[in-house]
Amino acid sequence: MPRAKLFIYSLLGDNKNLNLKEKIAKTELIGLYRDMSLIREFENETYRQYMQKQIKGFLHVYSGEEAIAVGVMSVLKEQDYITTHYRDHGHALARGLDSKLVMAELFGKTTGYSKGKGGSMHLFDSSRRFMGGYAIVGGQMPIATGLGLAAQHEKKNALVVCFFGDGAMQEGEFHESMNLAALWKLPIVFICENNLYGMGAAINSTYALHDELYKAGDAYKIPGYKIDGMDLFEVRNVMQEIDSRVRNGDGPVLIEAQTYRFRGHSISDPAAYRPKDEVEYWLGRDPIVLLRNYLIEQGLVTEEELQEADESVEKEITEAVSFAQQSPFPEPEALFDDVYADEE
Amino acid sequence: MTEINYRDALNQVLIETLDGDPSSFIIGEDIGPYGGTYAVTRGLTERFGSERIKDSPLAESAIVGAGIGAAMGGMRPIVEIMTINFSLLAMDQIVNHAAKIRYMSGGQITVPLIIRTVTGGGAQLAATHSQSFEGWYASVPGLTVVTPATAYDAMGLFRSCRELSDPVMFVENALLYSLKSDIPDDYYTVPIGLADIKRSGDDVTIIAYSRMVHVALEAASALASEGINAEVIDLRTLRPLDIDTVITSVEKTHRALVVEETWKTGGFAGEISSLIHERAFDYLDAPVQRVAGEEVPAPYTSVLEDLAFPDAKRVIQSVRSLLSS
Repeated sequence: MPRAKLFIYSLLGDNKNLNLKEKIAKTELIGLYRDMSLIREFENETYRQYMQKQIKGFLHVYSGEEAIAVGVMSVLKEQDYITTHYRDHGHALARGLDSKLVMAELFGKTTGYSKGKGGSMHLFDSSRRFMGGYAIVGGQMPIATGLGLAAQHEKKNALVVCFFGDGAMQEGEFHESMNLAALWKLPIVFICENNLYGMGAAINSTYALHDELYKAGDAYKIPGYKIDGMDLFEVRNVMQEIDSRVRNGDGPVLIEAQTYRFRGHSISDPAAYRPKDEVEYWLGRDPIVLLRNYLIEQGLVTEEELQEADESVEKEITEAVSFAQQSPFPEPEALFDDVYADEE
Repeated sequence: MTEINYRDALNQVLIETLDGDPSSFIIGEDIGPYGGTYAVTRGLTERFGSERIKDSPLAESAIVGAGIGAAMGGMRPIVEIMTINFSLLAMDQIVNHAAKIRYMSGGQITVPLIIRTVTGGGAQLAATHSQSFEGWYASVPGLTVVTPATAYDAMGLFRSCRELSDPVMFVENALLYSLKSDIPDDYYTVPIGLADIKRSGDDVTIIAYSRMVHVALEAASALASEGINAEVIDLRTLRPLDIDTVITSVEKTHRALVVEETWKTGGFAGEISSLIHERAFDYLDAPVQRVAGEEVPAPYTSVLEDLAFPDAKRVIQSVRSLLSS
């Protein structure tokens, strides 16, 4: 098969001015910046810990895509459900999961969210309605429809956010779930994080709809939105725009957020298949740098305030690692726990 | 006691379940006004409405996933997969997700989901519609697999299954729906993981489940006229498996035959045989035998289909040879 020729650089233009439309309090702006930085630094730390063999198995980091998780989570409510894919650390942290417990899970420790049973690809926190990272591509989509039914039944005006990558849209489960969600008017926001590659395969070599993924909803009468996934504010804007539609029972929406993986598919992937100039282009659109520069240029926050946020992130990561290191591994008896309820 | 058939027992227990739990609902293909392919959900839409009896698209993966998600969200869904052959289209959801979410979440999240489906051949539906995959599902930790052979067991097992907070494959059999049995007028349950001695005997133990229980019973009746007293054990649940009842019987009879409808290669009968050898080898007077489906895709025409699946004749022959060895 001929190698895919790479294509998209400036699909959304080279505009580096973020699309801030709303009035956001200064503390919240700093908080949003800090959330994105926390994810980036957490992921950098997981790389270091992987090299030191403290983290094993597969490790897929979210670096480069932070604006999407943070933008989406910043407008969600407590009663909302989330399902996501195996590149799930960012969503977990943005939802407010404790970085110590996430790190402990990656270390395989008993203090982790899943007591070391799930690992990097399968993070869950039922108390925050974070209903899991799913490592079979597309698997979380049918489950999101069921959570949509539960949300309808519960009558708390909740919605379900289902994150997935561009690769997952090629799975049958995507199309089955879109149909079900549209048919039953389920309160689901389907969010495609289009980072242009499914593992090493460029999207234009694997999906006929590659340059307009958001149109996949048309077949099911689901409105589609295409947004710049490197712009935190644009992510928030679209979530606010669709919020009442979805919560009020008018049915699901599909959002395609254009983004880029700053690292390979997983830690073992040097991503040599990506052209150098393409990578450089996207690194130049680093969502955290864009946000930082924008906030300072616009005089919304000061350099010192962001510096302070950076320091608190650094401290949090150090504490997370230390917590994970000091936590115990599960006892052998734990092997059989939680297979069934009734054997506990 | 009331005499009732297998289909009506299931219909009644579904009504009882939906009446008893407002978070319970059913999703499936053609379960609504059509009443279900095997008419198990007949009349339910009229009684409960289309919000709770949800006719679904032809999308097995999505509807099982919808059941999983709803269960994770605190509901008590029942998903009907028209036949076990179609469950292959939902295998990702069943095996990779439903069975694993409790474990992978460290016990935070449960999936109290019942998947009702229909197994077995013998109705001239040919190769794609005559298979028995319950043994595959029974190999998966996290799933519970039940295979009732009578109306009594179907109702009693269903009541036990709906009390679980983990996913269940509730495997019915297409050829048993009209079969009648007596059920008590008072409420009863059949425990999960408890085999049932459907016929007592001292000479040989025949182990079966689902429709093959009736094949085994037919063979046992015929053998009785030859003076051979076969004990017939209905496993009723494949996972968790009640091997103790089997072992106790084999310790008494010293001979065992396992009857299963699916192919012998990789079948569940091999698991039973192996467990008997592991646990009761010293009690055996002969190696455990298996009567199973022939190693062919199920043929359509009856003269060939009859040869493909176990019948009483083959069971009788096998018992005779087991006793003469």
